[in-house]
Amino acid sequence: MRFIATILGLCLLLSASTAHADWRQFRGPEGNGYVEGNENLPIELSQETMAWKVALPGRGLGSPIIVGDRVFVTAASGPEQKQLHVLCFDNADGSLLWQRNFWATGRTMCHNKTCVAAPTPASDGQHLYALWSSNDLICLDLEGNLIWTRGLTLDYPNASNSLGMASSPIVVGDTLVAQIENDSESFAAGFDLATGANKWKIDRPKAANWTSPVPMKSGEQLVVALQSSEGILGVLPATGSEIFEFDKGAATIPSSAADGDTLFIPSNGLTAIKPSENGEKPTELWNESAQRPGTSSPLITDDRVYTLNSAGVLSAADLNSGERLWRARLKGPFAGSPVASDNHHLYIFNEQGVGQCVDLSDPEGKIVSEIELGETILGTPSLSDNALYIRSDGHLWKFAQKK
Amino acid sequence: MIFRPRLTRFLAPLVAMLASGMTPLRAAVPDDFEQSVAAIQAVGPEGSGNVEAAAAWKKLSDADATAILPLLRAMEKSSPLARNWLRSAVEVIVDRELKAGAQLPFDELGSFLLDVRQSPQGRRLAFDMISRIDPETAKTLVPGFIEDPATELRRDAVKLLMDEGKALAEADKKQAAVLVYRQALNSARDVDQIQEIAKQLTGKLEQEIDLPRHFGFLMNWQVIGPFDNTKREGFDTVFPPEEEIKLDGNYPGKDGKEIGWQPLVSTDEYGKIDLNQPFGPLKEVTGYAFTEFNSAQAQPAELRLSCKNAWKIWLNGELLSGRDEYHRGQRIDQYQLPVQLKAGKNTILVKLCQNEQTQDWTVEWEFKLRVCDATGTAILAVDRPETQKTQAPTRRGRPADAN
Repeated sequence: MRFIATILGLCLLLSASTAHADWRQFRGPEGNGYVEGNENLPIELSQETMAWKVALPGRGLGSPIIVGDRVFVTAASGPEQKQLHVLCFDNADGSLLWQRNFWATGRTMCHNKTCVAAPTPASDGQHLYALWSSNDLICLDLEGNLIWTRGLTLDYPNASNSLGMASSPIVVGDTLVAQIENDSESFAAGFDLATGANKWKIDRPKAANWTSPVPMKSGEQLVVALQSSEGILGVLPATGSEIFEFDKGAATIPSSAADGDTLFIPSNGLTAIKPSENGEKPTELWNESAQRPGTSSPLITDDRVYTLNSAGVLSAADLNSGERLWRARLKGPFAGSPVASDNHHLYIFNEQGVGQCVDLSDPEGKIVSEIELGETILGTPSLSDNALYIRSDGHLWKFAQKK
Repeated sequence: MIFRPRLTRFLAPLVAMLASGMTPLRAAVPDDFEQSVAAIQAVGPEGSGNVEAAAAWKKLSDADATAILPLLRAMEKSSPLARNWLRSAVEVIVDRELKAGAQLPFDELGSFLLDVRQSPQGRRLAFDMISRIDPETAKTLVPGFIEDPATELRRDAVKLLMDEGKALAEADKKQAAVLVYRQALNSARDVDQIQEIAKQLTGKLEQEIDLPRHFGFLMNWQVIGPFDNTKREGFDTVFPPEEEIKLDGNYPGKDGKEIGWQPLVSTDEYGKIDLNQPFGPLKEVTGYAFTEFNSAQAQPAELRLSCKNAWKIWLNGELLSGRDEYHRGQRIDQYQLPVQLKAGKNTILVKLCQNEQTQDWTVEWEFKLRVCDATGTAILAVDRPETQKTQAPTRRGRPADAN
């Protein structure tokens, strides 16, 4: 699994120089919560390992992303969250390197529990691509120079969800892929990284959908899995051309996770599929109704798939068979998703702001440390260079072992 | 002159820049300033003009502080997308100049701030810059914004009055508190502030206020229904009210039952027009509401709609907009539709579709609609009747009262 994942990761990333350390999109380089390396992540989440904590100017639940020695995070503030922010911090000490502000050009209405800065930004290692629930899509270089802007609600006026949008865009090859899916003007699109122009745009099921696109392989091709209530549509990132379809339905909150050419879908519990290379329907490898994720997306690491159900029970299952290996009750409820790296521990924060570190090598999964941050946390942590980053509406934290 | 730095403040960064090999001299307003601004103002739909705008942005953001005012002035004739480009250039210049110890053009920023012909967003930006330079003076200016056409500025002045009203109420100075809160209400345009003021006035302070009049909600309608909306097909079906408005007409409704227009007068403080009231809590149905608005003059206006059902709206027989989203939430001013009112009678028709969902949060079949200007100030019909506090008896076929 690790070999395939590594190959996929290398294919996905444009800049190899810092690839091993970066966390450039929602749920990491492969979109499955796992990133290679980081053997020295802190197992103890505590004041001792809190490297720094900085204030943020507005609300947000999108994850921070890390490119080289910089941490990027988006936020929204003001009446009706119409002020959009992009912030760049030095990951060494948390100092603010630059901040850019924009006015929302689309609708900012959303449910109180979510917020306008819900999507996680993405990067190709040279630029940052930030999307908000208002459908403002903005590209900056890493120094904060403005490269392009799109007001997708100006272009497509009914492309919005009155509960709020939350899908995070991803960079695959030379295309930015985003799902702007909702009950009315629902679409997915591939954007030119350099200009922001549409490379392709396809109609999508008219149904609210908060899941994010996931990169995966189909044979030798890089494919993006677009999830919806109808199932999964696998498309080529450069053209939007259909490669495969899984039509047995899927969840609209937790996203799928891929391991090479196998996709683990929150569908009828959890379903593992492998696209065929001859244009036929994907092969269904296994289905486990008991592995149904709640809000959190599945995590893949160490030949296992981990799911968190709505009761806060963490399940470990064999990646190849779906067979459950153990269950452990964590302190929920959870809105964010778990992440892990090569120190074989899982990290997640519950909605009350309680961070939990779980030893995945323990026969039954054991919580080995906890920290109460005292703020609501609805987002997913990010891992890079042996450090963990997590944000709330008010703050951004870094945890790392003391050197 | 723009710069007024003290010598030492100017020399220190100059020496530092020379020592680091950086060029100490920045361009003033670039020679091709007008062309650069024009390139930014030309950004259009679907990413058009982004490449040219990015090149122009680089030149503009590289200018010194003399470019700030021309950039702010350019906002007035710019689209929302272009304003974000301009804002970003201004903020880059401001951050760099302040970091270098230079002074911003305080006098010119002040003149721009007080010029109500300029872009409201640009004026707010100028105020924020003044606040960074001289927070005490900025604070002194705030009460003067109480009738400012820019709601971005007015909001702060209203907040001061709300704070004062609260302090007076807590000090048991009820009479004074009522007066101050009433002044705040007269000036408030942001919904959240109006709601908070209304809560204070009608609560402990025991005052009666006419919120529908303050907002400009349309309270008096003729309604007809139910037509069919099985499988949500009613949204695109043209029922008789879309072809003719004949208030004494009868038409076959859902299941063939004959239906006709009937009056509906809202007594809701936020102008709710509840179709469940005359027709019952039906599902998979379509209804229409019709009214007339007698405008004192031909004028630009906004129709602002709040609705969690699928809807379409016509002004004087012309379809303005529509949206087929169901039960994702509603809030006042959810949809803002710019229109041109005729002098005298204007007709407004609203189509409202209810879907098949049966959850308790899908019962609502309702909307709220108000007429106001672009700042949210109510525009009242010349013959607007007094707001009714109790439901008037209804009589079928009676023409709608004016709003």
